[in-house]
Parts: sequence; C-alpha cells; structure tokens
Amino acid sequence: MNEALPLIEILFPRGIAQYLIGGILIGLGTAIIYVGTGIHAGASTFLESTLSYGSKLRHFQQPKFVASRDWRVVFTLGIVAGAAGYSLATGEFGWTTDVQPSRLFVGGILVGVGTRLGKGCTSGHGVCGVGSGSRTSIANVAIFVLVAVGVAQIVMALGVTP
Amino acid sequence: MSGAGVIADHESHPLFLPLVFVGGAVFGVGLAVSQMARPEIVLEFLQFRDFGLVFVMGGASAVAGVTFWALTRSGRSAPLTGKRFGRRLKSMDRDVIVGGGIFGAGWGLSGICPGAAYASLGIGNAVILYGVAGMFVGAYLQGYLREARSDAESPAAAD
Repeated sequence: MNEALPLIEILFPRGIAQYLIGGILIGLGTAIIYVGTGIHAGASTFLESTLSYGSKLRHFQQPKFVASRDWRVVFTLGIVAGAAGYSLATGEFGWTTDVQPSRLFVGGILVGVGTRLGKGCTSGHGVCGVGSGSRTSIANVAIFVLVAVGVAQIVMALGVTP
Repeated sequence: MSGAGVIADHESHPLFLPLVFVGGAVFGVGLAVSQMARPEIVLEFLQFRDFGLVFVMGGASAVAGVTFWALTRSGRSAPLTGKRFGRRLKSMDRDVIVGGGIFGAGWGLSGICPGAAYASLGIGNAVILYGVAGMFVGAYLQGYLREARSDAESPAAAD
C-alpha cells in the first residue's frame, strides 16, 4: 500500500496549485481586456497584424489587421513584461529551454501557418472560444490537442529529449 | 501611421492601450506562474507525464467564459470602445480543421504556442526567438499562399 504512489501524484507530479493559479490569471488578463473593450484578445493574430507594418500583401493589409495592429503590439509587450516582472521577482529570470533551436524553428513555422489558417491558437480558440462555448473552437482545440499528443509521443518514442 | 481609410481600434479612448497593456501583463504573469512559458512543461503534458496543463486551460477558459457569459447577457456595450459585448464565435470551415492539425503538429514538435512563446521571452528564454521567428515565417507563408490561391481562383477580383 505505502509503496504505491497515490494516483494524484502520478497524474500531477508537480502538484496542481501553480497550474490552477496560472490558468485563473490567464483568464483574468483576458477578462480585464474584455470588460473594458469587448474584445476577445487572442495571441496569434499579432503575427499577421504585425506583418501588416512591413508587408504590402493585400492579405496583411486587411482592415482587421491594420486597425488592431497597434493594440496587439501593446498586448504582446504586456505579456512579455508580465512574465519578465514575475520571473525577476521570483528569481527564475534567465531560465533557458533545452528544446533544440531547430525544433523551435520548424515547430514555430507550423504554429504560424496553423494558427492563422485555423483562425486562432491556444488563447483565441482554447481560452476565448471554448469560454464562449463555440463549437468551431471546441472542434479546433480537439484536433490540435490530438495531433500534438501524437507528435509529442512520436518525438518521445524516437528518444529525442526534452 | 494607420493604413489609409482604416480607423484604428485604439483611437476610441485614451485608456484603451493602457488597459490592454495591464490585461496583457496579467496574462503574461499567468503564463509564467503556470509554467506554460516553458516548452518542457507543455511537452510533458502532451507525453502524459504531467497533466497539470488541464488546469491551466480549464481555469483560464472558465474565468474568461463566465465573464463573457455575464456581460453578453447584460446586453451592454464596452465602456472604452462602445463595442457590444458578445461571445467569440468563428465560422466553421475546412481551414479550421486543417489549420488546427498543422498547429497541433507544431505544438507537439516544439511545445510552443504564440502567447506562451511571448511569455517565454519575458522569462529570459532568448532561445525561444527561434520559435517566434518561425511563427512569423509561417504566418507570412500562409498569407502569401492564400493570396496566391485567391488570385488564381478569381483573377478579376481586386479588393
């Protein structure tokens, strides 16, 4: 009996407090912007709206990107500043990932294509869309989580770490 | 600064950009607290070694969802923009499915998504710039290809 780990420690080896508190804060940040502006702020539109500053392609010059590009830069700077402030306060600042740069770059390309083609990301569909009870978002999240689990399991099976 | 004929969202109220910054900062603190800014933690979730991310996404969508629901039900408009409170509803089409699959492949390969990558930069993880650069390349690529596709489908259309 005392040798078996309780199920909760197998599922959540680091506990759940930081995950739940972090999630509530992410939702709170989304809610703060929504209460004042009525906008559901997702993080991935920033990629396209920022490209509108430099690209003359009609796709990026659509009013929805040009009209929102300034506040999306401010939103992203806020995310960077919030994370920086917290990590400086706790002494975690300077942590660096061991995931290989090539994986980050190739994965990033797929994330850039997929989130923009699919109309949203983990925050746009995952937080705002699921929070809205949108069937489109729930379908999108189900697909990206399923595919991500499959790919991450293959990466692990190939012996690639982390 | 703004594109011709386009009224920028932030031109409506002087507190608009400060509020967006504060909301973004709280969002960023949440990503740092939840450890989602670390690709390793995301990968461990996807590899079934730590299911904690369920609480991150669950907690975030619950708080956002209750806020959206209550304000949409109030029938009122947002004070800084005059925008009517509503839910985030996007139309369903093939792009939602294909895009979700491509995003999932990238997320599973690297453990990064847009918001978490910005926060990762904030915690001093400079290597994440490879991922952010990749995201811009990907976003540009799909914009370029979609424009080429729409031109091929309707060569006469000029918007």
